[in-house]
Amino acid sequence: MMKNPIIEIKNLEKSFGDLCILNKISLNVFEGENFIVFGQSGSGKSVLLKCIVGLLTPDSGEIKINGKSVLNLSNDNLNNVRKSMGFLFQGAALYDSMSVRDNLQFPLIRNYNFTNDELTQKTITTLAMVGLESAIDKMPSELSGGMKKRIGLARAIITEPKIMFYDEPTTGLDPITSKEISVLILELQRKLNMTAIVVTHDLLCAEIIADRAIVLNKGDIVEEGTIEELTASDNKLLRNFFSHEIINQ
Amino acid sequence: MDIPKIKYLRNASFQDKLKGFFLTISGLTIFNLEFFKQLFTLPIEIEQIKKHMSELGVKTFSIVSIMGFILGFVLALQSYPVLERFGATDFLPATVSLSIIRELAPILTALIFAGRVSSGIGAEISSMRVTEQIDAMEVSAVNPFKYLVVSRVIATTFILPILTIYVIMISLVGAFIAVIMTDNMSLIYFINAVVASISFGDFVPAILKTYVFGYIVGIAGSYKGYTADGGTEGVGRASTTAVVLASLLILIVDMVMVKITVWLWPSIG
Ligand SMILES: Nc1ncnc2c1ncn2[C@@H]1O[C@H](COP(=O)(O)OP(=O)(O)OP(=O)(O)O)[C@@H](O)[C@H]1O
Ligand SMILES: [Mg+2]
Repeated sequence: MMKNPIIEIKNLEKSFGDLCILNKISLNVFEGENFIVFGQSGSGKSVLLKCIVGLLTPDSGEIKINGKSVLNLSNDNLNNVRKSMGFLFQGAALYDSMSVRDNLQFPLIRNYNFTNDELTQKTITTLAMVGLESAIDKMPSELSGGMKKRIGLARAIITEPKIMFYDEPTTGLDPITSKEISVLILELQRKLNMTAIVVTHDLLCAEIIADRAIVLNKGDIVEEGTIEELTASDNKLLRNFFSHEIINQ
Repeated sequence: MDIPKIKYLRNASFQDKLKGFFLTISGLTIFNLEFFKQLFTLPIEIEQIKKHMSELGVKTFSIVSIMGFILGFVLALQSYPVLERFGATDFLPATVSLSIIRELAPILTALIFAGRVSSGIGAEISSMRVTEQIDAMEVSAVNPFKYLVVSRVIATTFILPILTIYVIMISLVGAFIAVIMTDNMSLIYFINAVVASISFGDFVPAILKTYVFGYIVGIAGSYKGYTADGGTEGVGRASTTAVVLASLLILIVDMVMVKITVWLWPSIG
């Protein structure tokens, strides 16, 4: 079944000074798909996500969301597109002057019209999804690294976005929580027909959630396919990435 | 809003510094224009403004109280022997209160406020910048500039004049206490002499300029915080350079505004 591409990227280029990070990247992500981005540390995965949501401006290329270009949008139009997106930051990026409750309600209060009861209800159900109802009145500084990540995830999904960007959702979590989060990502995809781009190094997580994956290296897409195809590949880089062997390149 | 990024260089040459100087000026200009654009867009973050105003008041109350008292006290002590030389000690309330109201209270309060507040704002906003909290606000379709910068700048602009008036009162108390320690001047005489010597042209321009100083403190702190980069080191840099920038701008603007005041009200100049 061929679905519509929700995110279309063509010849995306981004450099910082002389350092080329993304070198003519093209990819399509289809509706309701979990799309994994693998790549070594520093290969530009976070930069790719930030270009798509407009936090960084690419040097050239085209990014379309739902068929409409999102580069050169006015602030209001860009914000309308962003209301349908959620972003889990690699470092969680919780607002550290606000309690967990205020962190979660921050976008809801400003962009939607919920009553106080609805807000509380929504906050509690979303926190329950990540298993942290008890943390509702804590400050971010009182949370462990893994808890921060899960609160960051809750904050990103509370608006029920159609498109989610996860930057390393399971890094720093124990294997059990990590599996729970992976299952949660899968559930969100099923229930809300969410489209997601997931940056991860966690092969187990990828195996649970992935529909398709790419591997980024030095600004290029080295390989694209299902997890089975990638792990079975003969490419030296991929074998180094996915298998226990150490292969000199 | 695209603010030019200024790369921090450990061994900056003179050219680099000159370039940094012009980039700061153009960055500040863009930042100010953005402020006035955002100032008139809804919604207004009333809650944030109230919160920042009360925080600023609490933060600076004790330091400006002490400063104000000592200012008046020392100024009266210093002026007494000088006036005595000319047999003019009766003019002490007038000279002291005029110096305090026209220049010393506004500028000293502003500089202390800059030291305490612009560094705080610089640190708060820059730490949100380097930990991607500002990015997070942006992707959740909330305007971080409005939420973080506009509310803080409004708060500093309106709190500094109040603090300055308070400092003027406290320093007059300090001056009176210094006077009665050496002279037997009555409180009634002191108050009457102060009131009689102050005119509209002394008081109003002096207070009006503190709105501008308050604005400068807010903008300088926010600008340095908002454009910070380079991790935790960038946070420290943002907070110290914010104080330098704010103090410098306050002194320059003071000079210009005093010149304008004297030109507008030549009779009392
Ligand atoms: N704002 C920036 N200014 C300059 N260089 C940057 C900036 N952001 C990222 N880079 C550079 O871009 C490259 C890619 O960074 P990115 O954060 O995308 O890596 P990553 O693939 O997400 O790595 P990791 O797995 O460690 O998170 C790095 O070399 C980094 O130094
Ligand atoms: Mg990254």
